[in-house]
Amino acid sequence: MTSLGLSSPARKGHGESLARREARWGYIFLSPWIVGFLAFTLIPMVATLVFSFTNIQLTSSEPVRFVGLANWQALLADERVWSALRVTFSFAALQLPIAVIVPFLIALLLNSRRLIAPGLFRVLFFMPYTVPFVASVVIWEQMENQTSGWIDQALGFFGIAGPNWLNDPALIYPALVLLGLWGVGGGMIVYLGGLSGIPGELYEAARIDGASWLRQLWHITIPMLSPVFLYTLVLGIVDVLQYFLVVEIINNGTGEPGGTTQFYNLFIYKELWTYGDEGMASALAWLLFLITLAITLLVFLAARRWVYYAGER
Amino acid sequence: MWETETSTDRTSQPAPRRSLLARASGRDSHRGSVRPLLQRIGITGIALIAIAGFLSPLLLSLTVSVKSIDQLSNGGSLLPETPVTFTYSDRDLDVYMVPMPDGSTRELALLRSSKAAGTVTFIDPAKPDADPIVWQGNRFSLARATVLDPQWSNYSTAWNDISFLRLLLNTIALAAIETIGVLLSCTLVAYAFARFRFPGRNVLFILVVATIFLPTFATVVPIYTIFTKIGWNGTWAPLVVPAFFANAYDVFLLRQFLMTIPRDLDEAAALDGAGPIRTLVSVILPQAWPAIVAVSIFTFVYSWNDYFGPLLYLTSKQDLQPLSLGLANFHGARNLQNPGVVQAATLMSIVVPLVFFLVFQRFFVRGINITGSGVEK
Repeated sequence: MTSLGLSSPARKGHGESLARREARWGYIFLSPWIVGFLAFTLIPMVATLVFSFTNIQLTSSEPVRFVGLANWQALLADERVWSALRVTFSFAALQLPIAVIVPFLIALLLNSRRLIAPGLFRVLFFMPYTVPFVASVVIWEQMENQTSGWIDQALGFFGIAGPNWLNDPALIYPALVLLGLWGVGGGMIVYLGGLSGIPGELYEAARIDGASWLRQLWHITIPMLSPVFLYTLVLGIVDVLQYFLVVEIINNGTGEPGGTTQFYNLFIYKELWTYGDEGMASALAWLLFLITLAITLLVFLAARRWVYYAGER
Repeated sequence: MWETETSTDRTSQPAPRRSLLARASGRDSHRGSVRPLLQRIGITGIALIAIAGFLSPLLLSLTVSVKSIDQLSNGGSLLPETPVTFTYSDRDLDVYMVPMPDGSTRELALLRSSKAAGTVTFIDPAKPDADPIVWQGNRFSLARATVLDPQWSNYSTAWNDISFLRLLLNTIALAAIETIGVLLSCTLVAYAFARFRFPGRNVLFILVVATIFLPTFATVVPIYTIFTKIGWNGTWAPLVVPAFFANAYDVFLLRQFLMTIPRDLDEAAALDGAGPIRTLVSVILPQAWPAIVAVSIFTFVYSWNDYFGPLLYLTSKQDLQPLSLGLANFHGARNLQNPGVVQAATLMSIVVPLVFFLVFQRFFVRGINITGSGVEK
């Protein structure tokens, strides 16, 4: 604000018009986002809601008309929708803890002062984060292959018959979680940033009191990092609720094995691009939005109880 | 290597104070030199094992990428090997690793075996004219002799079959246009949030951040419909145009960074009569370059990664596809039949992002840190 001379006493008399001028420039610079927000976020969101009350089709000569709650009723009565939600939540139950904890553990390891060459390890652990998504799926799929994959070959070395990870309904979720591990680099860096922000005096004091490493971890490191845990958790939730592109690549979205990869977003995607039912897809999309909103709000509310902000008064 | 980022343990304890405290508490410095050394070896060992496992898929991909279909179908072997044969009087004889009575192992070509006598007759490929060697034992207990035979041709096959050069150029062009768009728009928007006071600023900024949590599908149906209606489906427009209208992540990152730049220079420029645009160009941007580089790299890599956008709008236009979509289609069409070629294409597709990362790693880390520490507050 002062950049525009507001603080200069000589111009105090023109304060109001200066403030207006500043606001005008602010809005001018803001305009790309305002236009983008309206065109690509707000209006499409409202339109999606409106679509969900119509019979609109991707390719159809039939006139578009309002059908009231028909899509929503059909959706709630559709067993496939519930099944797709169950699939998404079952996967999330495994994926989320891993997505939050594994980067933390790696960051803890890399932050240890006993580690030789920490810089090199940081580069190496972060590197796969930059491998393009499709490439990492294709590479890990090979890793989990039953005959030539190294996971099963390593198991075979110990005399264990390696399973067919990606085709076994009981193992598909661990296989998919493993397949996503190369994405931990981003979270790891954020945790490392958080770790470097913890005042060393806390550890000094704890050491004088004779606190063990584990107690220091539990009573200093983890509480001090709680904002980072929250950040990773919320982004993890948003991500996992949209999960489906991996299985699109692996098995073309067939839902195999046994419907265990029939994720909710895959269902929306098919409803739209395979069946062209935009009305139904819109209702499904809005339901996803409401679910995401409800869960993130709950997490933020609950966070008041367990997140500690050092700067808070 | 990443000097921007230093860990708690190593920096936060001023040396003299630390030793004083350590002496006072009677800990740490009196433990002798063996235990810290063992701890160092232990921790570093754990890290080595973890990183080996973490990066092993790359190595596997590399070995698969130079195997032929035959080499892959015999499963187990780590390296691309081909069984050795030896041509003897117009017959191709299989060569085996044969343990000899004197304890040595020789590579011999199997001429014939007699189940009844329990003997196998070999000839030595090195001396084919010498007498055949009769060996006592079961031929099925013997391992074939193999020779390293990497199929580098997989790479040229992949290059041609996937039209790699075209995909690569498309990917680079898309990434470049999107990066320009993001830089132009997000810098202006971040500047507005960081330096100007206007009614509704806080609410608008919360809105910006809130869009990060919005599922893609919540907006994609009408956007797709409109883009199709105005004839943009099957062009690059749906991918590159939105880049020019700012996005939450990059606005957030740039704004956080701009907030840390002191206002003194802005004020000096204002007193000299510089308008907001001149202040941005000649005062703010020169100081914000670390964040600008970070945003450029993120956008470039993000665009390189993007699969969903191309999947929606470019599935029917092979000529316009980027690597992500081309690779996914190649995988779908060829992976069951010839995984070696698919892995070759995959490895070629990650070369540019990896080099990019290794060159600019410091900026990656700084960028993520700005975002991460910002969201904490």
